[in-house]
Amino acid sequence: MRRFEMIARSPVFVALFLSLAIAGCASKKNMPNSAGDLGLAGSAKPGSTQDFTVNVGDRIFFDVDSSVIRADAQQTLAKQAQWLQRYPNYAITVEGHADERGTREYNLALGQRRAAATRNYLASQGVPAARIKTLSYGNERPVAVCDSESCWSQNRRAITVLGGAGS
Amino acid sequence: MSIIGQPKEGPELMLKILRTLCAAFAMVIATLIVATLPAKAQLKLDITKGVVEPMPIAITDFLSGDQLGTNISNVIAADLERSGLFAPVDKGAFIEKISNPDASPRFEDWKVINAQALVTGRVTKQGDGRLKAEFRLWDTFAGQQLDGQQFFTSPESWRRVAHIIADAIYEKLTGEKGYFDTRVVFVDESGTKEKRIKRLAIMDQDGANVRYLTNGKDLVLTPRFSPSRQEITYMSFEGGKPQIYLLQLETGQRELVGNFPGMTIAPRFSPDGQKVVMSLLQEDGSANVYTMDLRSRTTTRLTSTSAIDTGASYSPDGSQVVFESDRGGRPQIYKMGADGSNPQRISFGDGSYSTPVWSPRGDLIAFTKQSGGEFSIGVMKTDGSGERILTSGYHDEGPTWAPNGRVLMFFRLPPGSNSPKLSTVDLTGRNLRQIQTPNLASDPAWSPLLE
Repeated sequence: MRRFEMIARSPVFVALFLSLAIAGCASKKNMPNSAGDLGLAGSAKPGSTQDFTVNVGDRIFFDVDSSVIRADAQQTLAKQAQWLQRYPNYAITVEGHADERGTREYNLALGQRRAAATRNYLASQGVPAARIKTLSYGNERPVAVCDSESCWSQNRRAITVLGGAGS
Repeated sequence: MSIIGQPKEGPELMLKILRTLCAAFAMVIATLIVATLPAKAQLKLDITKGVVEPMPIAITDFLSGDQLGTNISNVIAADLERSGLFAPVDKGAFIEKISNPDASPRFEDWKVINAQALVTGRVTKQGDGRLKAEFRLWDTFAGQQLDGQQFFTSPESWRRVAHIIADAIYEKLTGEKGYFDTRVVFVDESGTKEKRIKRLAIMDQDGANVRYLTNGKDLVLTPRFSPSRQEITYMSFEGGKPQIYLLQLETGQRELVGNFPGMTIAPRFSPDGQKVVMSLLQEDGSANVYTMDLRSRTTTRLTSTSAIDTGASYSPDGSQVVFESDRGGRPQIYKMGADGSNPQRISFGDGSYSTPVWSPRGDLIAFTKQSGGEFSIGVMKTDGSGERILTSGYHDEGPTWAPNGRVLMFFRLPPGSNSPKLSTVDLTGRNLRQIQTPNLASDPAWSPLLE
């Protein structure tokens, strides 16, 4: 914190930060995963897939080569589990994804490992495991493509996809 | 560059006997040479050394009444040039104009432009509509014919005849089988960089005659050629359940390989074409290696870990399987018996290793290595020693061997683009070439030599 304040006070750094912020392309911004990000709070009908996506958050992110559910992801999954228990008619598929900095076959397996870890966590929060299917896309469906961690970190994700007759 | 028996022709032209022949066989060959070609030499390119100076070779336009003769010689020249072992001489430098490919050329005219080998030929249309293609290969310094063959084919197969002739020249001058009369199955990529449309495609090894095998509706990955049939195995996300399939290239017939409870990935044929080895992704997040016998439909589990075991590839004799596993932390290469016995780690370098592929000669394992922010294609001996990196870049992945075990094809992505293209590199690492494809391309797999 203290270090950040020092940096922030430096006019050079402020200028650099501003120029980077202006130059940054849209694809490098963090993905919206809550209603606030999208400015859609209140517009989604409770219990709808849109409600789940914007008000709960449909995705969690992982560290490099890891399938450990991070603290921030645990919060998201706890909210997901609550919502999914309130609306028990949705079929659930957890999609696991990997960033592009690995080989195709390994990434398919890593995506599956992330989907499995996500499913297990949701199950531990009370969602019946039998209700949750898993699927891995490996690195086949990046949400952001660039040559830096700002993109790769968005692609290392598990998405909880709702299907079936929910409401 | 070597010529037997004429060391005076130039300092670089050294006496050379085929190292790969056993002594007895060599004596037979020597006797034959002495008996039939007294005091003559044999042009021979020694490719067993690390660095080879490309052999200058003149490839004349095949005689024909139309453009076809020139087209055939151009395909032959391009094949030989791309191998990195031959340097086709510019046609503009030719002195003698070949008017009768059956007659001995004026060797002096070819020696003076330093063409050490000369190819002449003719293509004629037969009464039944077929093409007859003939060629002769000459050793200009020894003043003798080295090879002469003729082929009959349908007119639309003219490129294939050119590749077969290029293979014959390659084999005669290097002593090793060629690889030009082969095809490559790969994944053609179009669409946006976030959501690629992927189609299975097949082409000649030089990028010609691209044909699509799937329509792009389903995501398809990692096609692999059968060593024994016109058949491929690949992974498809069809019906939302990613599984391994077989596809007969001649009939278009498809079938599912096994009925597993989870996703199956990373298929490869056994050397006899009777089994497919693959990985099953399980509900607990593990990946283990299985084989399925295509005749009996029985499946056998080869590994049993909670880790990721994938990318399995058989040794050419079928007795062993090499694969990648992160059971020790990062992905590394392991080797085991074909029944899953005695798995042992063989890669110990920095970084991680994946996509191991056993060479068709059996002597090397090619791999993708990820280290220091780069992806490299390399080879190691089958015990893991003697690692050599052949090419490195932002993202080089997925080597596949040419059937003679001397060239690897792989895919390469420039930074941050998700835009792969295919390239080849030879075992010296000095001859890196991009393959021209109509769209983006990834996941190449080389066919065996065509029958």
